Amino acid sequence: MVAAVFHLPLETTGTSAAPVITQAPQPMSHTAPASTAEPAPAQKKQARDLRGFWMAVLPPVMGLALLVLVWQAIASTSNSGIPKPAETWAQAVTVFSDPFYSNGPNDQGIGWNILSSLKRVAIGFGLAALVGIPAGFAIGRSVFLSRMFNPLISLLRPVSPLAWLPIGLLVFKGANPAAIWTIFICSIWPMIINTAVGVQRVPQDYMNVARVLNLSEWKIFSKILFPAVLPYLLTGVRLAVGTAWLVIVAAEMLTGGVGIGFWVWDEWNNLNVSSIIIAIFVIGIVGLLLEFALIKLASLFTYEEVKA
Amino acid sequence: MNTKYIDIQAVEQTFKTKKGLFPALRDINLSVAKGEFVALIGHSGCGKSTLLNLIAGLTTPTSGVLLCAEKEIAGPGPERAVVFQNHSLLPWLTCYENIYLAVERVFGRTETRIQLKVRTDAALELVGLKQAAQKRPGEISGGMKQRVGIARALSMEPKVLLMDEPFGALDALTRAKLQDELLEIVAKTHATVVMVTHDVDEAVLLSDKIVMMTNGPAATIGEVLSVELPRPRNRVALADDAQYQHYRKAVIDFLYTRQGHVEKAA
Repeated sequence: MVAAVFHLPLETTGTSAAPVITQAPQPMSHTAPASTAEPAPAQKKQARDLRGFWMAVLPPVMGLALLVLVWQAIASTSNSGIPKPAETWAQAVTVFSDPFYSNGPNDQGIGWNILSSLKRVAIGFGLAALVGIPAGFAIGRSVFLSRMFNPLISLLRPVSPLAWLPIGLLVFKGANPAAIWTIFICSIWPMIINTAVGVQRVPQDYMNVARVLNLSEWKIFSKILFPAVLPYLLTGVRLAVGTAWLVIVAAEMLTGGVGIGFWVWDEWNNLNVSSIIIAIFVIGIVGLLLEFALIKLASLFTYEEVKA
Repeated sequence: MNTKYIDIQAVEQTFKTKKGLFPALRDINLSVAKGEFVALIGHSGCGKSTLLNLIAGLTTPTSGVLLCAEKEIAGPGPERAVVFQNHSLLPWLTCYENIYLAVERVFGRTETRIQLKVRTDAALELVGLKQAAQKRPGEISGGMKQRVGIARALSMEPKVLLMDEPFGALDALTRAKLQDELLEIVAKTHATVVMVTHDVDEAVLLSDKIVMMTNGPAATIGEVLSVELPRPRNRVALADDAQYQHYRKAVIDFLYTRQGHVEKAA
């Protein structure tokens, strides 16, 4: 945000604005003394722009540098076996030089591992959205359903998703469906709750419009309810994807197969710690990208609330 | 001429609150003729909006009957269009789409798409907002939003136009402009209008009949004043018209001399 605001003037002063300032005093000869004073504000402006630029870039860079420094310090002082940043970087280069190799089910490139984790998240999350969003609308619209399901949701929501994994293994008799089931169960709650809250918070004014116009249920849903709930719904989706991505790593560690979580566990069994650190960064970056994409999506559908 | 187009008989409205029953309105008897412009005026909290919501059918009375065109008002419907105090436009639809939603609902079954489009454009034209058709409510001013709200209500060709302090949130200049526009539109369409207001000048300028309400709780109609000023009315010419001043004085007298003391006590 700050970077975007301060960045633009910096670029313009460098190219187009600077010549204008030097030309301006020329037609008016009596302002000649002012021409010496003229560049001062421009320089000041440029200085301020530069400061803004550094304020935007420097702190994050310093934060990352601090992380690497602490990491380096820990790695070089103790016998913990944590690899140094440089070693990890070298390992990362080899890992990412061939991300899509496949030597059987237990030895695949990091690209395949990430993709199969994302696939599980997509399936589990997609099923949860299919069930959770309509359920949220129903619970939000009906007081009866809301009172009926609220105790159940309150009871089941705090349960760790991994506690559901054995149930999944029992019912589905397979590691992959069990992992998907775990994603499903952990990502359904934020979607139900946020959708229901969104429906309950649709301004009464909009519903009065619907009543005066005597709109059909479908028109109420498509023209009023759905657009009004969409920002809440997308918040729910964002929370759900975040949780799903957290949970998939843990679930895959337990179930095995192909996936980033399994890869972490596999590399641990090989005592390949630098790979684990790479995996931590990869998981973080993928989570960040998912979150970012959904925030972008949400901002497309958030309308300025109109107040009289 | 049908003198009892809207007929309100012995209506009483009581709300259930946490502190028990709250009597909002009692003993309301009122009739509105077809094509008549009626203003409901009173201090805030006197139940003006409650009465309007009853006519709209958004709420049902505790006891009593409301009739419109000799049929009981059982619920809200497009034949009694409402202009809401806060315009209530849907922020995700453009001005055009907001009006089209209403037009489509009322005329969609009997008319072609082209006819519906013509109606929507005509409604926008009527309030002078053709250039803002493709803008969203968030991109236009408060006065423009209110005009879209009025256009939406008028586009339905309602039998009755109900307005709940439609200009209350606007500045004085915009308000005057919209009042003049409303006068023209009403003259053109011969609509039956019930308007809630707390503005004495607005009431006298626009209406044929001013219904003055006593203070709540358990408010009722204190007095009904017939405004027999000739139409078309011009606000500048009326400013020093003796008859206009007389009506104005009568309303102020009711509001501040006879009903003022309760306001102080509250």
